[in-house]
Amino acid sequence: MSEVLRREDVAKVARLARLILSEAELDLFTEQLGQVLEHAKDIAALELEGVVATAHPFGLINVVREDALEPSLARDAVLDAAPDAEDGRFAVPRIMGEAP
Amino acid sequence: MRTAFEIARDVRAGASSAEVEMERSLSAIKARNDELNVFLYIDEEGALALARRVDERVARGEDVGALAGVPIALKDNLCQTGVPTTAGSRILEGWRPPYNATVVELIEQSGAIVMGKTNMDEFAMGSSTENSAFGPTKNPLDPSRVPGGSSGGSAAAVAAEMTPISIGSDTGGSIRQPAALCGIVGVKPTYGLVSRYGLIAFASSLDQIGPFAKNVTDAALLLEVIAGHDPRDSTSLPEPAPSLVAHVEDGVKGQRIGLVRELYDGADPHVVASVQAAAEALREAGAVIQELSVPEFRLGLSAYYLIGPAEASSNLARYDGVRYGLRVGADDVTAMNEATRTAGFGAEVKRRIMLGTYALSAGYYDAYYGQALKVRTLMIDAFANAYQKVDLLLGATTPSVAFNFGSKTSDPIAMYLSDVYTIPTNLAGDAAISVPFGTGEAGLPVGVQLLGPGRSEARLFAAARVLEVAGGSS
Repeated sequence: MSEVLRREDVAKVARLARLILSEAELDLFTEQLGQVLEHAKDIAALELEGVVATAHPFGLINVVREDALEPSLARDAVLDAAPDAEDGRFAVPRIMGEAP
Repeated sequence: MRTAFEIARDVRAGASSAEVEMERSLSAIKARNDELNVFLYIDEEGALALARRVDERVARGEDVGALAGVPIALKDNLCQTGVPTTAGSRILEGWRPPYNATVVELIEQSGAIVMGKTNMDEFAMGSSTENSAFGPTKNPLDPSRVPGGSSGGSAAAVAAEMTPISIGSDTGGSIRQPAALCGIVGVKPTYGLVSRYGLIAFASSLDQIGPFAKNVTDAALLLEVIAGHDPRDSTSLPEPAPSLVAHVEDGVKGQRIGLVRELYDGADPHVVASVQAAAEALREAGAVIQELSVPEFRLGLSAYYLIGPAEASSNLARYDGVRYGLRVGADDVTAMNEATRTAGFGAEVKRRIMLGTYALSAGYYDAYYGQALKVRTLMIDAFANAYQKVDLLLGATTPSVAFNFGSKTSDPIAMYLSDVYTIPTNLAGDAAISVPFGTGEAGLPVGVQLLGPGRSEARLFAAARVLEVAGGSS
C-alpha cells in the first residue's frame, strides 16, 4: 500500500473523471498510481520558491484572428458522426432528475 | 526499398508512375500486415485512384509537388475526412472525421498519397503499442519484440518497407523511441513548427507531429512539406517552413556538440558504446565534442508524468458519448458518460486521466502540477545554459534496444523509463532527431539522439547525416 495515495483518493478521482472502477481495479490503480507519485517525490521535495512556472514553451501570447464570418463544418457532417442526433442537435439521455 | 526522394524524382520525370509505386507499397503491406498488425485501416482502391490522378497530372505537364506519387502512412490520431480515425481507442471506433488535419492537406498538396492509418498506443499513451485497443504492432526486425511507441505502427510501416515515409506524433518521445527500436530516422520538430490542427490532442503543450523515414534526406523532405504557419493552430510558429533538404550535406565542421552524461547514464552497455562511437564519428567529421552534465534532465520523467496526465485529463474530458464515437446507453446523462468512458478507455488511459485529475485537484495542485511546471522552467534554463557552451547535444534515444512483449506492461514506471532520454526535449519545446547508429543485443539497432534548440532542425539533419554516412546505412 502506498503512503502517498489512499484507496479513497483513487475512488474520488475516478468519480471526478467519470470512470467506474471495480474493487480489483481500485486496488491495482491505487498501487500503480502510488508508485508514480512516489517517483514524483523527487520533484515534490524540491525547494523551488521563486521559480516561475512554465505552462507552455516559448511563452505564448494570446493569438486572435480577425472577427470575420467564415464557414464552419457542415452541421449534417458533424451530426452524422455523433452517436445520436435529433432535429439538428446532439441528442442525449435525460439530464435532470425528478422534481424533489 | 526506394527512397521517397527517388520515387518523387522518377514520378515527376515520368520514369516511374505513382500507380506502380503504390502497387509496390500495397503488395509489401499485404505480405506482412497480418503478421505485424501495422495498419488499422488501408484504403487500397482510394490510394490507387489518387495515384492514377497524380500520373494524369504528370502526363499533362503539371508540377505535382515535392512528394509526387510517394505512398505515405499516417498515425491514426490524425484526422482525415471520411476515413476511420480511432487514436487506438475503442471510444473512437467507427468515427469518421468531417475534416482534414492541416498535415493531411499539406501532404496531399505535395503529391504524396495517404494510403492508410497506422496502429498506436491508445491516445498516444505508451512506449510499445501494447496499449492499442486493436492489438499490438510487432517489430518488423524481430516480431517477438515491440516496435516502440506510441507511434509504433508508423515506425514499423517504414521499417518493414511498406511505405518509404510516415507521420507520427511525439509528446514525450513517441516518434524518436520507436524510430530507434525499428532502426529508422525519426524527428521531433520544434514545438509549433508543424500545425497540430486535426491531431487528436493528448498533452497540448507537448504534442508535436513529425516524420519517420529510412534516411535523413527523406525525413528532411517530409518535414519541409508539413512545416509552416497555420492560422488554425494558435500555437503555430509565425513563419514559413524552413529550408532543410538543402542543408543535409552541410556537415558538422566546427560545430560544438555536447555529449550529455544524463542522456546515456543507465543505458545498456551496447547503447552507451554506440553513443560514444557516434561522438567519435562526429569528432572525425570536424565537430568539437565536449562532455557535459545536465543534472536537471533527471527531473524530466517526474515532471512529464504530472504535466502530460494533467493536460490529458482535461483533453480527454471531451469523450463523453455525446458528439463522437462510442456511447453506452444509460438512464441519465451522467450515467451514460460514466458507462461510455469506463467501456471505451483502456487501463493506461484511465491511469493517466486519474493521475492528472489527482495532480490538478485542490490540495495537491501545488505539490504536484505546480511543482512540475516550475521544473519545466528549470529544464528550459538548463538547456539554454548548455546551448551557451555547445550548438547541439548528443545522447541515446532510449536505454535499450527493442524489448519483448509483456516485459514492462505490469510495471508502468518501467515502461515510462523508455522515454527518460527523450522527455527533456518535449518539456523545453525544442527539436531532436533519432538516427540509427550501431547495434546492440541480438544485433538489433541502437538509436542515438541529437538534440538542438528551437528551430535548429537544419543543423540537426546535417549532424544526423554525418552519423548516417559514418554508420554506413546509406
